[in-house]
Amino acid sequence: MSLYGPLWLSAQLAFVTMVVLILIGTPLAWWLSQTSSRWKPVAQAVVAMPIVLPPTVLGFYLLILLGPDGTVGRWWVELTGSTLTFSFTGLVIASCIYSLPFAVQPIQNSFEALPRQTLERAWTLGASRLDAFFSVAAPLSLRGFVSGMVLAFAHTLGEFGVVLMVGGNIPGETRVVSIAIYDHVESLNYAAAHRMSLLLLGFAFAVLLGMYIFNRKWSTR
Amino acid sequence: MIRLRHKLSKGDFILDVDTEIPDAGITGIFGESGSGKTTLLRCIAGLERGGNSEGLPAHKRNVGYVFQEPGLFPHLTVRGNIDYGARRATTRRVDGAPVIDMLGIGDLLDRKPASLSGGEAQRVAIAAALLRSPDLVLMDEPLASLDRKRRDELLPYFDRLHDELSVPVIYVSHDIDEISRLCDHLVLLDKGLVAASGDLFDVVSRVNVPMLSGRNAGVVLWATPVDHEDGLTRFDFGDGDIWAPGEFETGRTPMRLRISARDVSITRERPLHTTILNVLRAVVEEIHTVDRAAALVRLGVGNQSLLAQVTNRSVSRLELKSGERVFAQVKSVTVRH
Repeated sequence: MSLYGPLWLSAQLAFVTMVVLILIGTPLAWWLSQTSSRWKPVAQAVVAMPIVLPPTVLGFYLLILLGPDGTVGRWWVELTGSTLTFSFTGLVIASCIYSLPFAVQPIQNSFEALPRQTLERAWTLGASRLDAFFSVAAPLSLRGFVSGMVLAFAHTLGEFGVVLMVGGNIPGETRVVSIAIYDHVESLNYAAAHRMSLLLLGFAFAVLLGMYIFNRKWSTR
Repeated sequence: MIRLRHKLSKGDFILDVDTEIPDAGITGIFGESGSGKTTLLRCIAGLERGGNSEGLPAHKRNVGYVFQEPGLFPHLTVRGNIDYGARRATTRRVDGAPVIDMLGIGDLLDRKPASLSGGEAQRVAIAAALLRSPDLVLMDEPLASLDRKRRDELLPYFDRLHDELSVPVIYVSHDIDEISRLCDHLVLLDKGLVAASGDLFDVVSRVNVPMLSGRNAGVVLWATPVDHEDGLTRFDFGDGDIWAPGEFETGRTPMRLRISARDVSITRERPLHTTILNVLRAVVEEIHTVDRAAALVRLGVGNQSLLAQVTNRSVSRLELKSGERVFAQVKSVTVRH
């Protein structure tokens, strides 16, 4: 069994998920940071759910939703002819939901820390809302974006329960590193499990260390 | 003239302003905190939803806004901050170099805002607002966040703005001294309503404006410096002289003097032995009872006016009446501009 296959698949999954989450999570985080709508607490609770729910619960409902008989799954089959469950695309969708709070919350926190006056100054200097977002709000929230990207990537890399429920264990398609480690342990191949686990351990530490060093440099500038 | 017409209610507070201000020079908006000064500015700038009838968003209103705190963009250099508004200006009528020179920020252009002092940052914020080539500049207590020393450093730059700027400015403050120094027109705001509006020199010499009594009572005059003696400057005023500390350039240009009503007292006869240098012939024009103890007296001196804050008791003791000839003793004079 290859050591790098599952690792490479995990990295691909984590990267794609991270990119999708920044694209979806940024407008969502902006809306949450600016709105005074009475629906805000509801939206916040929904976004935060994956933090507290057991991955198996999340995976179970995603399996039902994405399966060929589920609302989304049936539509996908009609559209593409293939099923979402037990496919890489299905894993990306599941990972995006699973890692959503880890991308949204740091970005939202950064947006909320922006002084109101900074945006108002940009507007009075002739910047439209969108212009002010890209020229002032986004660059000043760089730290939140870096945290959000790192956490979304790392968290997706470490997922197990959801992948097991939605993706199963298909080499090259859904057999990510955490599943591969579980497999090795099941078959008592401790040496292989060790190699992968150690690599993941080192990687997780390096990524988090890098993020905290960046945060410290940024805050003391 | 520029018409200001804004209505806004926020909880218990209601702003209802409909007034005209000149389309040149500096208009001061004076009021206590909570009178709605900042809210009015925000309405004019389009920062308050529902605060202006046109409903234009802030970025389409073409006003320059100087906030109480400079609030520069920390990720841009000083140059980047100044260019931010200039790049987005619909019509570029203001050149960068003279403004940068006028505000003395030429040496700061490559610095980041974090390394600037409060006064420097505020000067950069003003340059940024001006270089957006606005039709109207709004300043919301731009000196309030600074300590006395920095404020004194910054005030001369505002004097230059007053002299060199062609765009009209609205200057909000709760400090009547600042307003007296910088403004030409004055709007008094009280609980969201315009209490008085008019030429600064005229409004401050009224005796029956409750907001301008006590500490805030005092007139602004024009007088020409004539010569110096003993570290004082003699100003030609009315049919007499006013001496003020400091040596100001003599010549034909009249300067602004502010005389607080608390520094003016009234005598029937010319006092012979007094430490007060400035004793002027005056005519009682109007006596207004402020409260049980205090009264404000307007005195005609030449073709200008002084205000004196006295007690009702003194008014009845001296039997002061309109039209009577008296002497005004002026204890202290502040020279502006």
